[in-house]
Amino acid sequence: MEPQVAKIIAAGLAVVAVLGPGIGLGILFGNIISAIGRNPSAADAVKSTGLIYFALIEALALFALGMAFFFIYAV
Amino acid sequence: MHNPLEQFVIDRIVPINVAGHDISFTQSSLVMVLGVALTALLMLAGIRKQALVPGRWQNVSEMLYEAVFGIVTENLGEEGKKYFPFVFTLFMTVLMGNLLGLIPYSFTYTSHIIVTGALALLVFGMATLIGLWKHKFHFFSLFLPKGLPFLMIPLIIPIEVISYLSRPVSLSVRLCANMMMGHTMLKLIAGFSASLIMLGFGLKLVGILPFFVNVALMGLELMIAFIQAYVFAILTCIYLKDAIELH
Repeated sequence: MEPQVAKIIAAGLAVVAVLGPGIGLGILFGNIISAIGRNPSAADAVKSTGLIYFALIEALALFALGMAFFFIYAV
Repeated sequence: MHNPLEQFVIDRIVPINVAGHDISFTQSSLVMVLGVALTALLMLAGIRKQALVPGRWQNVSEMLYEAVFGIVTENLGEEGKKYFPFVFTLFMTVLMGNLLGLIPYSFTYTSHIIVTGALALLVFGMATLIGLWKHKFHFFSLFLPKGLPFLMIPLIIPIEVISYLSRPVSLSVRLCANMMMGHTMLKLIAGFSASLIMLGFGLKLVGILPFFVNVALMGLELMIAFIQAYVFAILTCIYLKDAIELH
């Protein structure tokens, strides 16, 4: 197998890992919305905490995407 | 199509070579100097009038100050106010780096792992040193949560140590990957637009559609710039709190 083909296959496999954070973000935002629905006066606190944890989970998705780009362009 | 990772290559503006080490003034350094100048300008212009009802400059300065002050006092308590200048400087560094990179033809210095790695190592080193200074050897009780069955201790301690050592790694890679991926996506979609217009088989106006995606992506990048700076500051405060009050 030529190196170029292997790089592209590796990049494709790496992007599959974005599935996990996708599910995690869905669960997080679902809980945020239901929390705001149950207790509308806590909307501010829930939103600001949720924003922080969104960034933490998003980092994992970006690790995977970064590896994909790394395989295509920098290996 | 051009390589979307080419935008992160560093150009030297003023080559300086000291004893074999290359410490030139690059475009990254230029944006860093610009960031410092803008922060100083923003803060100084904010305290000019000192009105009780703030004008525009003062409002922005107060918003930034209160955001970071809220984080510091909420996590570190009243005696944590002495860490406020450190956290505020970190916050403004990351924020300026993220925001100035959104200007076209500019450079994002926080998209390089060496810059974010240095910042994260600074935070981690400071937290560990403060913890060691304050608690001497009792600092290592951080790795042993309370109320564990005795047999689980040799299993839990390596896990806790590894998760503690992974903090600077995750801190630096989170910021770097967010910035790098954001700009790469922007350039990729702009490249689509350029390719469509160049090769348009008769329908060159289709090339304007990726442009709208780029506009939305730019808005997302603006939001992520603020969020990443905020998350960096909050995690700094959390790591400092962990080191000072061992749980």
